[in-house]
Amino acid sequence: MTGHVPSLPRTPAARLRWALADGWTLTRRALTHWARQPAQVVVGLLFPIMIVLMFRYLFGGQMRVPGGGGYAEFLLPGMYAMTMAFGLETTFAAVSGDAAKGVTDRFRSLPMASSAVVTGRAAADLLHSALTLALMLACGLAVGWRWHDGTARALWAIALLLLLRFALLWAGIYLGLVAGDPQLLVAVQILVWPVGFLSNVFAAPSTMPGWLGAIAEWNPLSATVSATRELFGNPGWGGGSWAARHSLLLAVLWPVLITLVFFSLSVRRFRRLSR
Amino acid sequence: MTTTDLAVAAEGLRKRYGDTAALDGLDLAVPAGAVRGLLGPNGAGKTTTVRILTTLLRPDEGRATVAGFDVLSRPAEVRHRIGLLGQRTAVDEILSGRQNLELFGRLHHLGARAARARAAELLDRFGLGDAGAKPVGRYSGGMRRRLDLAAALILAPAVLFLDEPTTGLDPRGRLEMWDAVRALAREGTTVLLTTHYLDEADHLADTISVVDHGRVVAEGTPDELKARTGDDRIDVVVRDPAALPAAAELLSRVSGTTAEVDADLRRAGAPVRDRATALTQVVRALADAGIDAEDIALRRPTLDEVFLHLTGHRAGDARHDEQEVPA
Repeated sequence: MTGHVPSLPRTPAARLRWALADGWTLTRRALTHWARQPAQVVVGLLFPIMIVLMFRYLFGGQMRVPGGGGYAEFLLPGMYAMTMAFGLETTFAAVSGDAAKGVTDRFRSLPMASSAVVTGRAAADLLHSALTLALMLACGLAVGWRWHDGTARALWAIALLLLLRFALLWAGIYLGLVAGDPQLLVAVQILVWPVGFLSNVFAAPSTMPGWLGAIAEWNPLSATVSATRELFGNPGWGGGSWAARHSLLLAVLWPVLITLVFFSLSVRRFRRLSR
Repeated sequence: MTTTDLAVAAEGLRKRYGDTAALDGLDLAVPAGAVRGLLGPNGAGKTTTVRILTTLLRPDEGRATVAGFDVLSRPAEVRHRIGLLGQRTAVDEILSGRQNLELFGRLHHLGARAARARAAELLDRFGLGDAGAKPVGRYSGGMRRRLDLAAALILAPAVLFLDEPTTGLDPRGRLEMWDAVRALAREGTTVLLTTHYLDEADHLADTISVVDHGRVVAEGTPDELKARTGDDRIDVVVRDPAALPAAAELLSRVSGTTAEVDADLRRAGAPVRDRATALTQVVRALADAGIDAEDIALRRPTLDEVFLHLTGHRAGDARHDEQEVPA
């Protein structure tokens, strides 16, 4: 053994410093994962771009936006939000993988701050999502999407998209801790994909059967999509329902609610690991 | 012996999962510097014990101290002084061996430079220096397990917990792990290891606690435990399978107990009190009966037989009414 043995933090300030350092160490671990598996990162980034190209050019030709305006302008905000929502799968895979391999237990047996296991994951996934979103925006610009109401409102829209990702991060952490098995990713996909499509991402809820349209309208994903369309100055579908008229409010409320619920569920689940 | 001399002290540990008692009043006292083996079948409560002692699990009842600190009230102090090799190899498969050890060094707050130095030191020690830059996903099972052990030794722990350290390893990996554990024990690390391999407990542990149904049912050195079964044994292997019943009957007569018969090995065996006399009697009786013996051996009981004697079932048998609870 070389050097000295570090002593445990004794004061709240020292404990906070440890917690931040541990969180950053685990964030760096995730960043190193990307550096070591560049191909996987590229494939992950190409997938949403492929979906954009498919809907824009394959189906987009015959799509008519109810309120008027080009389909690219309608589609892209939806794609941004959906990419953020599907980030849940990345979080789930990482959290359940660590749990299954016993890595989570090893972390819990170390003198590190246990909060770091989640804060490190949260920071890494947000960074990843911000990068993905930047690429998606570039892709959007390339296929004819624009924002029209100034940079400030566009930045608010981006903030709302990242807020949705932040909220679903906790859902991913909770599901990952509960499942404890990365092979259940398929089950999560079966859960996430219908929620992704049962929204106003690709089509206006007014064109769906009444009850289905209502679900799509109240879908948290739809709230973010409507709000970002409004902030980017892109055509929406101009529905007259309460949910449609208050999409900005809902685009904040839904993620906050999801965060509150799944954050507390995750904390509880993490504590229950020792039962 | 006072509690301060004990590296591990547990009293009356109980843990229930639904209707199943994983631990049913387990007591354990391991002196500092000792290598203790927890020996028992799957579901006996070995892993649950390790998880409680490493602060991963809270017992329903009972108390325990590790390295002098209470696992329930001072978990951070305990974690600071232990190393854990869990049942599953818990290293990051995407990172290289070196990156893994540096990661764990940083999580021990060694600082970047010390973490790097410690990683290099441990890689060399466990013969992983050349493979240090390779992703762990490309390591062999034995290499992974050695890296796993290295990761448990970042701070040179006072107490090292090894939960089935060689399960799933090939014979070579197993021997390498045994060497590593012996070397650590020589350096004075207290080791608590669980195993259901009797030979592993026999080779590594200086004292064995036999665990069954969530409780310690016997404790002692391997020799003491063997002595507890009592007697030496005579095994007779016959050349002609047809002669086996006669050989068994003859052994039963000499030993005064019913001889055990293994038809596949053409072997009959029985415990005997007076070694020399019994051997002479058996040899003479075999000759008189005209039974052709391929081999006659006088030996001490194996731990396997000790285990069977103490618990009424074999160590390798997984009990169906109670599986090891992994949670």
